[in-house]
Amino acid sequence: MSTPNPTETPRKNLSQQYLSYAAGKADEAGPGFSDRMRNWWTGLQQGEKIPVVLAAVMLLFWLPWLNPVILRPEGSDFASLLAGTVVPYVLIALGLNVVVGMAGLLDLGYVGFWAVGAYTVGVLTSKHASIPWFLAMFAAVGVATLSGVLLGAPTLRLRGDYLAIVTLGFGEIIRISAENFGWLGASEGITAISPPPSFGPVIDKESGARFVNFSVLENKWFCVFGFILILAVLTALTLIERSRVGRAWNAIREDEDAAELMGVPTFKFKLLAFAVGAAVGGLSGAFYAGKLGTIYPKDFAIQKSILFLAAVVMGGIGNRWGVIIGAFIVGYLPEWLRYVRPIQLFVIGGLMLLIALVARHRSSLIAGFGFLLLGLGIRFVEPVRTFMESIDEKRFFIFGLLLMTMMIFRPQGLIPRRVAARRAAPTSTVMAASDAVTI
Amino acid sequence: MDFTNFINTFWDNTLSGLSRGAIYALIALGYTLVYGVLRLINFANSEVFMLGTMGSVMSFWLLGIGPDGAQKGVGGFIASLLLMFAMSIVFSGLAAVALEYFAYRPLRRRNSPRLVFLISAIGASLAIAEGVGAFPKRKREEYPFGRLSISKSGCTVSDTENCLLNTRTSVIKFGDTSIQVRHLVVLIGSMLMMAGLWAFVNKTRQGRGMRAVAMDAETSRILGVNVDQVIFITFLVGGIMAGGAAFLYMLFFEATRYNAGFLLGVKSFTAAVLGGIGNITGALIGGLLLGLIEEYGAGLFGGKWKDAIAFAVLVLVLMFRPTGLLGESLGRARA
Repeated sequence: MSTPNPTETPRKNLSQQYLSYAAGKADEAGPGFSDRMRNWWTGLQQGEKIPVVLAAVMLLFWLPWLNPVILRPEGSDFASLLAGTVVPYVLIALGLNVVVGMAGLLDLGYVGFWAVGAYTVGVLTSKHASIPWFLAMFAAVGVATLSGVLLGAPTLRLRGDYLAIVTLGFGEIIRISAENFGWLGASEGITAISPPPSFGPVIDKESGARFVNFSVLENKWFCVFGFILILAVLTALTLIERSRVGRAWNAIREDEDAAELMGVPTFKFKLLAFAVGAAVGGLSGAFYAGKLGTIYPKDFAIQKSILFLAAVVMGGIGNRWGVIIGAFIVGYLPEWLRYVRPIQLFVIGGLMLLIALVARHRSSLIAGFGFLLLGLGIRFVEPVRTFMESIDEKRFFIFGLLLMTMMIFRPQGLIPRRVAARRAAPTSTVMAASDAVTI
Repeated sequence: MDFTNFINTFWDNTLSGLSRGAIYALIALGYTLVYGVLRLINFANSEVFMLGTMGSVMSFWLLGIGPDGAQKGVGGFIASLLLMFAMSIVFSGLAAVALEYFAYRPLRRRNSPRLVFLISAIGASLAIAEGVGAFPKRKREEYPFGRLSISKSGCTVSDTENCLLNTRTSVIKFGDTSIQVRHLVVLIGSMLMMAGLWAFVNKTRQGRGMRAVAMDAETSRILGVNVDQVIFITFLVGGIMAGGAAFLYMLFFEATRYNAGFLLGVKSFTAAVLGGIGNITGALIGGLLLGLIEEYGAGLFGGKWKDAIAFAVLVLVLMFRPTGLLGESLGRARA
């Protein structure tokens, strides 16, 4: 841990500044809730960890059947919501986290890779061919990876904020192309994309439904499939992060020039980060296309990219668990809040207050009271109720505001990344205007 | 590629390209000024522009001009235009200053790194656009405001031939191309605004302050420049430019909506980068160039590719000349 040096910073990487800033803030408050969770986890014996993990995984896979009444939005299919928004968003957030969180490259066109994945499956299983679904999924990952490399190769030498704009342009180009090429279905999109094949013993003789059933109306196994994908991606990313590649990304994020001088081929590793991120994005797109069966170019509008970024930033840039929670918030909460009943809010608010008491967690306290207040508002105040009923239309507005406030009060996200806490060097109150940041 | 179409529409495209480019250039100035002084992509500048167009719309309401347009006398015509202009500028200027105050100033107080600023800017942009789109009666439809005209007895508004003058009256005709009032207003208006800005930056005390802070914020503070005030003025001036652009945009395209700013903003940023961000002349040249490239590209490949062409240009420019055509400078070299 180095002592802060007031005169340094001219050539710091954007996200390194960001993280050291965030860590510096977190540092002053003593060990936070997530740190305590982490300490508890690392304190467990190897033999104690296994049952915890098993229980968590079993609970997760049971969720679509459990259909918990507190979480379920009224009048909407819980499993469908999980499979249609939460799973793709979680995958997206994990992938984007590789690019933004691990390698420190701000990508505003991430929705492009999602579109590439979805369209590949659409084209290969419905529009122009009908190859087996899982083969199409791997093809989607491949094509998305390729597009990541094609985008990254010319642009990754750019400075950080330019990279953001160029990637944004890339996302738009993908969408415009999908809208204009008749071969890709133009603005009518692609319909009748086949879901993954059902298998297992036939359980319903009349409809011929099988045990593992993927169809538009039956979403439980989509959830299972999605959870498997998420766990696989999570495992792969954890392994990558702990490998030489992950350390190279760390080095690049912390100080690109230093990394280059120490012999890290920075361009190669940045490109790799782009490719890995794109692959996960493509996988998510493939899943999304298979689940929905229909894709339109307007599903891949640029606002989605910003929504994904919001998920990553809110959850905590660079923290895998954080971004999963962020994706859950972004994908699930607007839909849930739209149909929520006061009693659900009361129960959750109460639970959060309980957590706050037991774990001495201040944010839970605030959130708990927030939920209670919201429940009272919906129950007794008419404007609040009408507002909540159309909340899904206002989600971008709300997330926009949330991004702004979070940047002021908690830039490190809900669950901050664990970093070698280096405090931000005190610079001028203007952002160092002379600083020639290179990425 | 459609060369006959390209040649047939060449002069029309040149004209609309220049007009479009002039609007890009004005918005690009907002990006360029803020970038020059703060090294920040003010992502929400597009929303500042959008609010300016909403200001124009408000002035239409104030004047009682409905979707069919309205007829005014000569004095009324000019007064209406001036009111529109003033409302746009007030809306945009206030928006820009509010943005600085609520979104960026708290971050500057905390010495936040640049990524924090950028994310906050993105959030602000999203919140403003979607706020306008979602809240006031969900105005997602377009505003098909008719043309403002100077009346002559027996003239209906949609009947352009009989009107003495409206924004679509042809002034000069050559071949199939006619230069209309709105083209002239857009081109001359933007040039005047840019000349005014140039004079402000280069001849006034505040302008000198801006150049000083752009060159070296810390040293200028030591030498007694009120940096916060300079930043405030920078945002205000950028907002006014966006307001002017909004006025001209409404005259030219006659419609706006809550997300009108987004694409235009990205393209204007492209224009700023094309000319060299932080460089005022660069914004002008980049804007006009981008407008022309877009229109010519649309003539060649078809109108639906217009936006894709703009982004392709951005990628190409950044690849081969990352600091733009004229290079980056606000206070550094000539400005």
